[in-house]
Amino acid sequence: MAASSNLTVEVVSPEKRVWSGEATMVSARTLEGDIGILPDHAPLLGVLVDGTVSIKAADGTSHEFAMSDGFISVSKNRVSVLGESA
Amino acid sequence: MGAQLRVYRRRMRSVKATKKITKAMELISASRIVKAQQRVNASSPYANELTQAVTAVATFSKVDHPLTTPSLSPRRAAVLIIAADRGMAGAYSNAAIKEGDIVVADLKARGITADAYLVGRKALNYYKFRNRAIAGSWTGFSDNPQFANAREVSAALITAFLAESDSADELHIIYTQFKSMITQIPVTNQVLPLVTEDAPAGLLPQYEFEPDASEVLNALLPRYVEARVFNAMLQSAASEHAARRRAMKSATDNADELIKSLTRLANAARQAEITQEISEIVGGADALASASAGSE
Repeated sequence: MAASSNLTVEVVSPEKRVWSGEATMVSARTLEGDIGILPDHAPLLGVLVDGTVSIKAADGTSHEFAMSDGFISVSKNRVSVLGESA
Repeated sequence: MGAQLRVYRRRMRSVKATKKITKAMELISASRIVKAQQRVNASSPYANELTQAVTAVATFSKVDHPLTTPSLSPRRAAVLIIAADRGMAGAYSNAAIKEGDIVVADLKARGITADAYLVGRKALNYYKFRNRAIAGSWTGFSDNPQFANAREVSAALITAFLAESDSADELHIIYTQFKSMITQIPVTNQVLPLVTEDAPAGLLPQYEFEPDASEVLNALLPRYVEARVFNAMLQSAASEHAARRRAMKSATDNADELIKSLTRLANAARQAEITQEISEIVGGADALASASAGSE
């Protein structure tokens, strides 16, 4: 069965919180390559390359954000995407 | 109209015109404080997340990075002082500059040369007037800083830090912390080398790093400095507006008082004038009466 809980995702830029909410999956591209993050992912700190971060929200919608100089941090089903959003 | 009365009226007119200006500035600042405060709040999630991430990397990785390792014998320090572009804000700029002087004196006592990086025309003028060396200065955005401004300032600071020779060993930021509408305190923050904030290491998750810890740290630290500088700028901007509002409020109050006392003086002068005119008329009538009585 699917993971019991969702991810709590926050997309924040220096100036404001761009998006926050529940999601089932977050995918982004780090310096090493594309990663997809599902619930119960191990704690991770990654450097993102400039590009898009896509989020599948829990309500079925999907969102895409163009980020530059970004980071992703994952711990205990909390995902934070930091960066300057275009 | 007598000369005295005219002088009072003229002063009243001038005070009233000044009052209109100070009142307008008070209202403008009051409305901008709220916006500036919202920007401080809006920027804090980013700063908090970044601080947490940096703390995590610095705690878990034993990477030797020039930005995290304190120098054994620090010789240079970069001091960033954030003040206002414009005056009319009471002691706001001066308080930050004075705090900067204290920090520089402290550094000197420890045998460290301080390089001054200045934000705001007031700080720049203060240093220029005293012929002090300025390592870098930025003006024109103190009341509404953008992230791009913070990035520009941080870039200069980081360059100074990573320079091959004569690099800075410490970075201090002096800014005015926005406590509330009525309290703003100039504070000094050491940003680099990183003071691992007393984070309970046990509570931090055991992160995996991608690509690896030192790469992550390399990429994170400049962002961290930017976030800290940006936050300091935003807080300073909010403090500037609050200080200006307070200064303009007391200026308006003073103008009110001045107008009141000038009105009293003008009234007294007007009455004295009338009294004098009456006594002159009475005196004149008397003289006429006695003259005509004598001729009869």
